[in-house]
Amino acid sequence: MSSHHHDHDHDHGEASELSETELRVRALQTILVEKGYADPAALDAIVETYETKIGPHIGARIVARAWTDPTFREALLTDASKAAAPFGYQGELGDHLVAVENTPDRHNVVVCTLCSCYPWDVLGLPPVWYKSFAYRSRVVKEPRAVLREFGMALPDQMEIRVWDSTAEVRYLVLPERPEGTEGLSEAQLAELVTRDSMIGTGVPRAPGGDRA
Amino acid sequence: MNGIHDMGGMDGFGPVDPIETGGVFHASWEGGVMATSRVMGAIGAWNIDQGRYGIEQLPPQLYLTSYYRRWLERFERAIVTYGYADADEIAAGHALRPGKLPPRGKFTLANIDRIGRRGTFTRPANTAARFAIGDRVLARNMHPKGHTRLPRYMRGHVGVVERLHGCQVFPDSAAVGQGENPQWLYTVCFDGRDLWGADADPTLKVSVEAFEPYLDPA
Repeated sequence: MSSHHHDHDHDHGEASELSETELRVRALQTILVEKGYADPAALDAIVETYETKIGPHIGARIVARAWTDPTFREALLTDASKAAAPFGYQGELGDHLVAVENTPDRHNVVVCTLCSCYPWDVLGLPPVWYKSFAYRSRVVKEPRAVLREFGMALPDQMEIRVWDSTAEVRYLVLPERPEGTEGLSEAQLAELVTRDSMIGTGVPRAPGGDRA
Repeated sequence: MNGIHDMGGMDGFGPVDPIETGGVFHASWEGGVMATSRVMGAIGAWNIDQGRYGIEQLPPQLYLTSYYRRWLERFERAIVTYGYADADEIAAGHALRPGKLPPRGKFTLANIDRIGRRGTFTRPANTAARFAIGDRVLARNMHPKGHTRLPRYMRGHVGVVERLHGCQVFPDSAAVGQGENPQWLYTVCFDGRDLWGADADPTLKVSVEAFEPYLDPA
């Protein structure tokens, strides 16, 4: 209940406004159930699915597999929807997923300037900053400044490729494997893969290190 | 439409706050709005392009509130627009008359496993693709009043075709009930200096997915 930094204009009278909003949403839920469009248990189950089952742990496992299995990495870069499907919730992923690989010469960043398109099936629901007007407006124009706000400083000569998701293609960034991880298992590697590193606004954690 | 939603390149929104606190939802109503919205998509009440267009048509001051508030405002309008409830029912907070039969039927627990899987937007191609990888293309200087997925900051600029994605549902048609009208879809990559001028970051490349009707040969 704390992340309302994106919503400064509504900080005043927030409690009463929230309760009014809550009532409006409950009215819609009631109407959906009474009209026979949805079972109430199914509405709750959708929320629970996105709170507990579909999230960035899916993408992290895909990345860790790509780091450890060159054949899988090739398949992922060729057709990510197909290659990574076994990692998806219920063993399925939607079509149109594309994996883009960071290299020493190129860093990839994903955005949706027109709404907030995001690879829900591999990363879950988008974080607040991804949906923020600041991120959507600026990352296509001044990505280095935006990435500095995430604590990232890229080499001056490195190409920055911004992928604006304007259709139904969805992007997963395949970050570079951190140094010093040669002895780690795939499961240990997945622990290093942060959500932001799969969007392009972060890098994986260092092995044995703290969160950046 | 040249709406508030088309934000690429705008200034004035300040820095990005990358700190994320709390869970997936910051209030329970946010989850409620997400679930009800997903249900209406799953039962076929309105398609994803109609949903996006509904958000774009909100008054800018409502658009600028918050992500899930936009979804709520859109939902209350769309459920009436597409005939799944009436305004008096929204006001009453209860159904006052029977529902409409949704194209894909009621959403039940049996459907929950499908909720994570996006559908496919690819359709059979009736024509050959007009452009090939490596072609230079001009993003049209177009300003339709309806729904489009060509951002303003791309229009009038030349980029290079990098990838073909087959024929896919054309949002400009699907959003206004004119059918899927599938069109070839391309990833087109632009140089940052072409988009933002000589002072722009020389290492920047920006790509969009562009449908064939958005493009001319350059």
